Amino acid sequence: MASKYKLDCEILDTTKIIDGIYKFKIKAPEIAKIAKAGQFLEIQVSSTGETFLRRPISIYNIDKEAVEFIFQVKGKGTEILSHKKVGDIINVLGPLGNGTFTVKEYKKVAIIGGGIGTYPLYELAKELQGKAETTMYMGFRNKGLVTLEKEFEEVTSRVVITTDDGSYKEKGFAINVLKEDCKTEKPDIIFACGPLPMLKAVQEFAKSENIPCEMSLEERMGCGIGACVGCNVRIVTENPDEVKYNYVCKDGPVFDSTKVII
Amino acid sequence: MRTEIDFCGIKMKNPVTVASGTFGYGRGHSEFIDLSKLGAIITKGTSLNPKTGNKPPRVCETDSGMMNCIGLENPGVDYFINEDLPWLKQFNTPIIVNCFGGVEGTIEAYVEICRVLNTLPIDGVEINLSCPNVKAGCLAFGTTYEGVKEITTACRKVLTNKPLIVKLTPNVTDITLPAKGAEDAGADGISLINTLTAMKIDIEKRKPILSINTGGLSGPAIKPVAVRMVYQASHAVKIPVMGLGGIMNGDDVIEFMLAGAKCISMGSANLVDPESSIKAIAGVEDYLRRHNIDDINSIIGAVEMN
Ligand SMILES: Cc1cc2nc3c(=O)[nH]c(=O)nc-3n(C[C@H](O)[C@H](O)[C@H](O)COP(=O)(O)OP(=O)(O)OC[C@H]3O[C@@H](n4cnc5c(N)ncnc54)[C@H](O)[C@@H]3O)c2cc1C
Ligand SMILES: Cc1cc2nc3c(=O)[nH]c(=O)nc-3n(C[C@H](O)[C@H](O)[C@H](O)COP(=O)(O)O)c2cc1C
Ligand code: FES
Repeated sequence: MASKYKLDCEILDTTKIIDGIYKFKIKAPEIAKIAKAGQFLEIQVSSTGETFLRRPISIYNIDKEAVEFIFQVKGKGTEILSHKKVGDIINVLGPLGNGTFTVKEYKKVAIIGGGIGTYPLYELAKELQGKAETTMYMGFRNKGLVTLEKEFEEVTSRVVITTDDGSYKEKGFAINVLKEDCKTEKPDIIFACGPLPMLKAVQEFAKSENIPCEMSLEERMGCGIGACVGCNVRIVTENPDEVKYNYVCKDGPVFDSTKVII
Repeated sequence: MRTEIDFCGIKMKNPVTVASGTFGYGRGHSEFIDLSKLGAIITKGTSLNPKTGNKPPRVCETDSGMMNCIGLENPGVDYFINEDLPWLKQFNTPIIVNCFGGVEGTIEAYVEICRVLNTLPIDGVEINLSCPNVKAGCLAFGTTYEGVKEITTACRKVLTNKPLIVKLTPNVTDITLPAKGAEDAGADGISLINTLTAMKIDIEKRKPILSINTGGLSGPAIKPVAVRMVYQASHAVKIPVMGLGGIMNGDDVIEFMLAGAKCISMGSANLVDPESSIKAIAGVEDYLRRHNIDDINSIIGAVEMN
């Protein structure tokens, strides 16, 4: 059985979540059947040459014959994508990535996401339902950017929301609440996705507390299929002076936090 | 209808090969296409010892193309011999190994890798004298008649039983000079073009996007430059020319062949669409059918100048 597909996918549904952030549902039975939590898609946003490379976007949710993804408008490519309508066809490569989140039975799990980095964690949280007691820690800059609170509440045991400015729920960074909670009971594993400063803090904390941690990384991509070695991330080596790389699209996007230097 | 090409003694089913560095050693693309259908596979640039490339970011998009500054990262020839070559041999497609002189980038280092490649069950060797993204070597030899001739002569001496193809850089004033250097040193063929040195600046951060500031431009943006250079080079030398630079489809293949390329290579197109090489082959066949052409060889260099 093939493990990756290139498909023309019909857009089944588009939802504007908040300004500049959209959820798309596309028909992709082959991808939906085999996709794992943490994998991503490479989306051709224009077939007429307005953009050249595909855009990597994580899978948010797998739903029978369809997959959903959520994206923020950042530049030209995501802007073009945001104008697509139900019924339009987009060409998609997927499911991509060989490093995925480890879904199995745990006692207690902490999932931590920052901003748009919370979206790639939803499928994971969903798949952990019934397998673990999960707490979802979500950090946003302010109230206006808080998204998917209800969705995560439905699939996790507890949702903690923080805002940098305190305009909604707890003030501060999500990781600070996680750290506090760990004083009472440590989770078996931490799953993380979000901006680099957050990931660095999570990585450091997991290391200091000796908690296993898997995090999803981003890098600019050429191909998404391991051919161009464009998407490198430095990995830990025995000799700290030695520079060695892995590739986000091929070895990740999810990595064991003790193995990468970010 | 005949689509077979004999390029430097390498028998290809069709003129469409995949360019070095855009296809790895074929594994990623094998999930999408049948590698046996290609004219030839040109491997990622390979050196004697493993080589680490540049820091990220090392790819970015540009208008009608992309830039990269990978820096010739590769796992080394031993890894290729043990892991990738046996796997690649299952496909009924010629294998051309693209190589360079490693971190040292000296003539001796080029000779050493060629010496190893000469003993392998592969169909040809392409020496890269044209990477803009590494400090040592490569471009240093690639821009003059004398430089190309000197290094090609040295490689030729040890490459006694494989076709030798010299890959040239477009970062020169007169492409015919390095082309002649390769021919005079006994190369069996030349391939051009490699990427054009370029820069893209993030205006918000006031910094170049790529980690080493500059990178190699590829894709449709460079195609007209490549077509012109293929035309000039193929008229300056008698050895066959492999044309590349921005080829996306069958029409582009035909354009390069009319300009004088005996076969072509597709690079960045493989990143955008892993099936693009296979689609281009179909496009070529369609063109031949539409124009009642029996043998593809008849279009090579068939452009009529104004
Ligand atoms: C594995 C992975 C998963 C991702 N998942 C999501 C997701 O679920 N939701 C979401 O909103 N965004 C996600 N991103 C980020 C998303 O790919 C970029 O925001 C998007 O490519 C920007 O494209 P643009 O044309 O709008 O921006 P531009 O800045 O105009 O893009 C120019 C070029 O830079 C690349 N680029 C720019 N920013 C990034 C970035 N942060 N990461 C990678 N490439 C970038 C683009 O792909 C394009 O090639 C993910 C990135 C990766 C690598
Ligand atoms: C990501 C990337 C990596 C490349 N690596 C190599 C390489 O290792 N050796 C080489 O000779 N050329 C390399 N090239 C150059 C291509 O083989 C080709 O000459 C160039 O990209 C122009 O063709 P295109 O426009 O079809 O991509 C690389 C190009 C890209 C985009
Ligand atoms: S994007 Fe090409 S190897 Fe990862």
